[in-house]
Order: sequence, then structure tokens, then C-alpha cells
Amino acid sequence: MIQAPDLPLWAALLVGFLVLFGAAITLVGALGLLRLGNFYERIHPPTLGSTLGTGCILIASMISFSTLHSRPMVHEVLIAIFVTLTTPITLMLLARAALYRDRSEGSTVVPEDLASLPPAEGQPARDRS
Amino acid sequence: MSILILALAITAAQILLALAMGCATFRMLRGPRAQDRVLGMDALYLSGMLLLLTYGIQTGRTLFFEGALVIGLLGFAGTVALAKFLMRGEVIE
Repeated sequence: MIQAPDLPLWAALLVGFLVLFGAAITLVGALGLLRLGNFYERIHPPTLGSTLGTGCILIASMISFSTLHSRPMVHEVLIAIFVTLTTPITLMLLARAALYRDRSEGSTVVPEDLASLPPAEGQPARDRS
Repeated sequence: MSILILALAITAAQILLALAMGCATFRMLRGPRAQDRVLGMDALYLSGMLLLLTYGIQTGRTLFFEGALVIGLLGFAGTVALAKFLMRGEVIE
């Protein structure tokens, strides 16, 4: 399937390299998700795709659409901001849930609960509007 | 010439992203515990979003961008809901 936008050569090289690099970084992250041995090790590699991979592909998309329409089109910034904001939130919630589950069943993989900490995640629900 | 380079690069990137989706799907189906499955789903929707963006670059239409934005929003909501469920499900048990 040979189909691609008709860009000038410099833009084509730049977009092709960025897309390929972002996809390769995402694949490396997914392979890490597949191969590492422990949940707390496995939670790290997918962020490779959600930061560098997403950033590269979004920049490539911005360059492509901007040169195609010959005016700046930066609506991909929305996805960039959204993914950058939400990835830490979801992964921290997930790691906390996994830690809670491991501790509640007395697993020896995770360290002991030091000084029975107070629920430190009570704060973020406070609204600032 | 530039169309050929770009088409080859985008097709290769789509194959790589599909492989990434395969790895995430494997972790989602085979994950030893529930949190591994949720993590696999997170990686899966992210790779799917990136795949949709490459289709958007390939066809030059902004329709795919909106689809990717919707996938990002709904995937975030789903992962947060599942993490909350993992946190509270055992409290209720």
C-alpha cells in the first residue's frame, strides 16, 4: 500500500525518521513489558512509549500537517498535554493498588509498611475551582 | 521519491506498532495477576492510539486525530477505574 502525503524531501525525511523512531521506541517499551520478571519492574517500560514514542509521532504529525496545509497546525498538542498529564496518574494509582494487594496478602516481595503511613493520597480530591 | 520514502517509513512504523500491540495483548491475556492485565491494557490502548496517528499522517485527514483523542480520553478513564477497582475490591471481600 503505497500511500503518503506529497511532502518536500526534507519534510519527508524528517517525518519518516520521527515516525519510525517513535514506533521503534514504543516497540522497545512493549518488549520490556513482555520480558521483565516482576510487576514493579514491568510498570516502567510502557512509559517509554507514552513519553518519547508519543512525542516523536506527534511532532511528525505536526510537521506533516503543517507543511501539507502550509500553515501551522498544532492541534496534536492536545494529545501531548493529555498523555503527559494522565500517564503518571494512572501508573501511580496502579502501582499503589498493586502494593496494597501485595501487602494485604503478606507477600515478601514488597518492603514492609514503614510506620503504618497515613493515607497520603487523600489530598488530590480537593478541588481548586 | 519522497512519497516512496515516507510510505515505506510509515508502513514500517505501523508494523512495529502492531508488534507492540501484540506484546501488550500477550501481557494482557497471560499476565500472572490482575494488575499485569491492567498494565497490558494501558500499553495496548496507547499503541493503538499511536497507530491511529500514523494512519492520520498517511492519509492526511484529521479524522484520525479525533479518534486518537477519544481513545486517549476513554483509555485513561478505563485504567483509572480498573486501578480503583483493584484497590477497593479486596477491601469489600
